[in-house]
Amino acid sequence: MTTAIGRKTILGFPRQRKPNSSLLRYRQKWGWIFITPWLIGFSLFYFLPMVASFGFSLVSFNLATPDQIEFVGADNWRRAFVDDPEVLASFIKTFRFSAITLPAGMIFAIFVALLMNSKHVHGKIFMRTLFYAPVMIPGVAATLIWSGVLNEQTGWVNMLLQNIFGIQAVGVEGIRWLQNPQLIYYTYTLMGFWGVGNAMIIILAGLQGVPTELYEAAEIDGANYWQRLFKITLPMISPVIFYNLIIGVIGLMQYFLVPYVLNGGDGSPQGATRFIAVWFYKQSFAFFNMGYGATIAWMIFLVGIALTIALFGSARYWVYYSGSED
Amino acid sequence: MVNKLNELRSSKKVREGFNGFALTSFGILVVAIFLMPLVYGIVTSLKTDNQITTLGAPWWPASARTFEYDGRTYDIFRVVECDADDNPIPWGHDADSLTTPDCGGLFGGAVYNWALVNRQRESAEFIDPDNPEAGLITWQGRWRTLERDWVFDAQWSNYLKAWDTIKFPRLLANTLVYALITTVAVVGSSALVAYGFARYPIPYKNVLFMIVIATIILPGAVTLIPQYAVFNQIGWVGTWLPLIVPAFFANGYNIFLLRQFFMSIPKEMEEAAMIDGAGPMRTFVSVILPQSVPALVAASLFHFFFAWNHFFEPLVYLAGSPDKYPITVGLTAFNNLYSQQTNLIQAASLISAIIPLIVFFFAQRVFLQGIVFTGVDK
Repeated sequence: MTTAIGRKTILGFPRQRKPNSSLLRYRQKWGWIFITPWLIGFSLFYFLPMVASFGFSLVSFNLATPDQIEFVGADNWRRAFVDDPEVLASFIKTFRFSAITLPAGMIFAIFVALLMNSKHVHGKIFMRTLFYAPVMIPGVAATLIWSGVLNEQTGWVNMLLQNIFGIQAVGVEGIRWLQNPQLIYYTYTLMGFWGVGNAMIIILAGLQGVPTELYEAAEIDGANYWQRLFKITLPMISPVIFYNLIIGVIGLMQYFLVPYVLNGGDGSPQGATRFIAVWFYKQSFAFFNMGYGATIAWMIFLVGIALTIALFGSARYWVYYSGSED
Repeated sequence: MVNKLNELRSSKKVREGFNGFALTSFGILVVAIFLMPLVYGIVTSLKTDNQITTLGAPWWPASARTFEYDGRTYDIFRVVECDADDNPIPWGHDADSLTTPDCGGLFGGAVYNWALVNRQRESAEFIDPDNPEAGLITWQGRWRTLERDWVFDAQWSNYLKAWDTIKFPRLLANTLVYALITTVAVVGSSALVAYGFARYPIPYKNVLFMIVIATIILPGAVTLIPQYAVFNQIGWVGTWLPLIVPAFFANGYNIFLLRQFFMSIPKEMEEAAMIDGAGPMRTFVSVILPQSVPALVAASLFHFFFAWNHFFEPLVYLAGSPDKYPITVGLTAFNNLYSQQTNLIQAASLISAIIPLIVFFFAQRVFLQGIVFTGVDK
């Protein structure tokens, strides 16, 4: 009953028998006034540019020769789908990298959050701060630090591997983290671990929201740690995992900074890091093919939407909402 | 019975104590590995140029010692000497009785830190820095197999060098001005919009709010090119305006965060203010904002860090205007020019990280709560 009234109430005043239409209009007017900045911002910086971006995808427009705008119809789209194999290849590279980095990043985040939620670990607040701290290091700086520590000759990772585990790691014969195209997605994944902080905090909050009765009941039933983890903990935090997954997918469609800082976006080693966002940048701001760039941008947008819809569609099979029935 | 129970309890206690120790140690180990690159960065930033290019140099910041003799500088090497029985040969020996220098090993031979004066293939002449009057000492063996004598030597001046080379004051000023202006602009405008969404009846409010959320996950690429073309047309490319002006028109993320907070504020005080005759704007400024300080601080921190870290748009809009670069773009350009100077690169990277890290350590409680607030309350 309260909710039914609450929805129609204005500022909590009891609902009047005859809606006071002048008050409603006054409040509506102020509502519009308050959201005006966003209405303007949305129109100018989202809606119109998106429409215009589609328009750009139908013309040939190079910033180097701005006077030669020419309507080319679906030519850019045909080029993206058929004539330029790089577009499909960049999408596939992006997906292959995502298939490694998303699960690895998620497992690492859950692992750290579980560790930071364990009642056996002392000094958790301090450790949590340390796990979060690298998020604060600007991405460019973090990338440069990692490229140093993974350097095949002088980096500590290879030195430690060689001196502790006796692996031939240092040198040209060793582990070439940044030059080996088979390894580079794992290298980038490793670098991405420094961004674990946000996911860790959110998962930690999810873990703290799991009712303790569930664990008590399971313990009485004799469930061991792994059973509790897979049957209680993970299902209960699945909404949080879902949220992190969406954020992760959107981020990967725009993954640009690391390859740009490390090799200027030239795709090295052997084109492996020419992800779709990198190719978009190259076409638009290195070759100044603005029309074609807009086409790629729209493809990124459409693929992003498709992935988001697919994820939301899959949610009902694996995401548990405590509010729902059964 | 009671005894047994006590036994059980104490054994459980022991087990818990052990678990605590084991898991805490494990946690510390994971943190240590996790932060190892940072330690690498700090250590490397303190090395000399020479150490970086020398093979076999120690991992800690050090410099190879040298010795001034007769107005010239000579490198000091660790000369190992021993006789046929692996006994150290005292100084002032007869050079002819020497065998190969390798015999000594770690404990077997004496180690002398001598300066190399004349180098030949199979022999060399040294001088003892502690006793130069004794003159040249002839030594049989290959001097190339000898190690330099490294002493701990942290090059704090690398930070000054990086600071000057990268023109850090310029970059810092740019970044700070940009971060502060856009933070105030975006949080201020987003608070207004969020208040509208939280409290006022607006037709199609739910649809509009869905659009607000959608803008958060919209890839920036899809709006970039027309924006760039327009900004280019009106002469804004190469200035800060394309980066600053949009901040005055709110953004989805902050609207969402602040709206969630405003909805949790009880309405009574607003009603009281309205009854007292305060208009909506007045109510917003003097009733809502003072109650929302934690959320406003969290939103400001988020945006400040975002701006500090912002890379793609500054890169695109400021290409070719190095004097307007923010830290991130400046650091990238610096890396392209000095990529061989790892020590300077690491120093510059750490300089750019220090301010956000300090702000974070002081404001982490508010900040981390804000993340929970946006991430979990969906």
